[in-house]
Amino acid sequence: MSEAAAAWLQAGLLVVLLAAAHVPLGEYLARVFTDPRHLRVERLVYRAAGVDPDADQRWSVYLRSLLAFSAVSVLVLYALLRLQDHLPLSLGRAGVPADGAWNTAVSFVTNTNWQWYSGESTMGHLVQMAGLAVQNFASAAVGLAVAIALVRGLARSRTDRVGSFWVDLVRGIGRVLLPLAFVAAVVLLVGGVVQNLAGPHEITTLAGGTQTMVGGPVASQEAIKDLGTNGGGFFNANSAHPFENPTAWTNLLEIFLLLVIPFSLPRTLGRMVGDIRQGWAITAVMGSLWAGAVWVATWAEMTGAGAVPVAAGGAMEGKEVRFGEAASALFAASTTATSTGSVNSFHDSFTGLGGGVTLLNIMLGEVTPGGVGAGLYGMLVLAVLAVFLAGLMVGRTPEYLGKKIGRHEVTLVALYVLTMPTLLLLGAALTAGIPALRDASVLNPGPHGLSEVLYAYASTANNNGSAFAGFGADTVYQNVALGLTMLAGRFVPIVLVLALAGRLAAQTPVPVGPGSLPTHRPVFVGLLAFVVVVVAGLTFFPALALGPVAEALL
Amino acid sequence: MTLPFRQHLAALRLLAVLTLVLGVGYPFAVMAVGRLVPDRADGSLVRVDGRVVGSRLIGQEFAGDQWFQPRPSVAGDGYDPMASGASNLGPQNPDLLVTVKERKAAIAARDGVPESAIPPDAVTASGSGLDPDISPAYARLQVDRVAAARGLEPAQVTALVEDHIAGPDLGFLGAAHVNVLELNLALLTLPGQGA
Repeated sequence: MSEAAAAWLQAGLLVVLLAAAHVPLGEYLARVFTDPRHLRVERLVYRAAGVDPDADQRWSVYLRSLLAFSAVSVLVLYALLRLQDHLPLSLGRAGVPADGAWNTAVSFVTNTNWQWYSGESTMGHLVQMAGLAVQNFASAAVGLAVAIALVRGLARSRTDRVGSFWVDLVRGIGRVLLPLAFVAAVVLLVGGVVQNLAGPHEITTLAGGTQTMVGGPVASQEAIKDLGTNGGGFFNANSAHPFENPTAWTNLLEIFLLLVIPFSLPRTLGRMVGDIRQGWAITAVMGSLWAGAVWVATWAEMTGAGAVPVAAGGAMEGKEVRFGEAASALFAASTTATSTGSVNSFHDSFTGLGGGVTLLNIMLGEVTPGGVGAGLYGMLVLAVLAVFLAGLMVGRTPEYLGKKIGRHEVTLVALYVLTMPTLLLLGAALTAGIPALRDASVLNPGPHGLSEVLYAYASTANNNGSAFAGFGADTVYQNVALGLTMLAGRFVPIVLVLALAGRLAAQTPVPVGPGSLPTHRPVFVGLLAFVVVVVAGLTFFPALALGPVAEALL
Repeated sequence: MTLPFRQHLAALRLLAVLTLVLGVGYPFAVMAVGRLVPDRADGSLVRVDGRVVGSRLIGQEFAGDQWFQPRPSVAGDGYDPMASGASNLGPQNPDLLVTVKERKAAIAARDGVPESAIPPDAVTASGSGLDPDISPAYARLQVDRVAAARGLEPAQVTALVEDHIAGPDLGFLGAAHVNVLELNLALLTLPGQGA
């Protein structure tokens, strides 16, 4: 079989698996978040936490619960990291320095999983399990909760209630993430992903040298790392590490895991608003932009343009032999399109075009299909923007799913759309513009150096977490600044989305009339895809031209 | 109690419950399942005469012409699992370009092959720095050298290489590869090559 045919089949199999999974999973998610009953074990959890599961919350209370949970999460994780030398299973590792602990605590609570550190030499097993992996579950469930609250805002009318944050959080974890992660962890284990409590130990190699073997509870963390679109590797090499991703089929499974919930959520939307076609339209936009990115990245990596790939005979720098170029590009396009940020190959060494695709994917705002929950709410915000633009063009009153888009709604949408680019460009400009900061962190010369800076701030502002890892992230300034970028990049949009949810829930639906723009037809799909690309394109074109575009043309 | 205080207290109590369930219960449950496949859960270790000589999944260095050579590694001083990772040098990086050309020249001299015959994996560092595999092309290219160093017929060694080509999974997942440690172990099973 030719390599190109194999690449098509590999991507094709992934699409088939996702197509088969998204209907049942999407329907299941809708049932989970509309079920009036609580499981007995859930009641125990609510009692332990001291919350009333039947209290339907106003958006502002929902938001305050979410922020309280996230603030406590940051503090507890920060404390665990700082104090890890006093905890069991620390493997003798020192407490994490203040700036690094701040960065990592924020990173995992915001579903970013940006990592300044190298897991195998910094983190003990307990911190990985009870600190980082717990937030892998919790941060994904928070994203899911916000998406569901927004969908309720669209689905409900004449109410000031958008659901209970506590119930959404507990169900997201208990009924969705935990069972799926457990199954995935067991399958990965069978594939060869390790799961033990071994510390580093020396062995004598076949040829008589020495090597330090490592171990850890990797399979359990790997499963939720991908399923929750988190991305923080147990080891520095992340999913390129053979203990995290040993074979080509575990690789495909991991790509499936990171895409499956984001691609199922449009179905949940369709079910909850009572019109499956609306979900199809959103899936179509997400799917076509993802497929385009996969195609371009795969072509670029298999072609292997650039001085180094040409000299080597192929773009294999930073890639593993068992995956090859195609499976590496498929992973790269998917991890950057979902705000996951785990990597099975190192994007910094991709060809100019392939690396540019990963950067552009992130800059699109993580909506193709985006992170767990965050992808859906991001795309719905852009859908509101799209109907507003269409309304301006043809003079119709803009409405989406029966809700009028007035001045107040558009203001929230505009603020949402501006938040990420502001954080990204401001942060990147400071690092690129101040020589001391630039020299401390930029490894590669020329346009590639600018790409590294842009990638770092795109990744953190969008809660992706992957890197052009040549970027020297472990400085006090970058740890603090990137931490602030992640925090604002996560929670400012969440505030705006929940405000929008409350606003929409309170409306009386307008009946569909001849003046309504149908939002399930191909015209709208095209319009929304156009909006996604143009919003990012216009914002970032100058920066992209100086970085990856310049590099691809060199 | 004020609302914000109650919210933070509830958050703290819920996080404690979640930490117990997700941070302790879940990984230990997976670990219990791992006891059913201890070989996999413990890192696919390879033993020779009862002594662990490495992991099937983790590449290692082999000093000497009598061994098949793995890919270049930038993990620590090479194949150090305490420092997994890639070079992160870009596609136009001048230093990396020099390194690749030097590696190419060195292999051409070592194996007596034209530079054009050297596959890309032989001159590039992997993503993990622990890549256990090489491409079939890089394995075949090393046959003559390994056979000469061991006083074997090239045909014997070629047969071993062809036996050890694995993948792509299902014929189209990932790429064909040869596990270097397993191939080198197999060399020791040939007549007169006892470990």
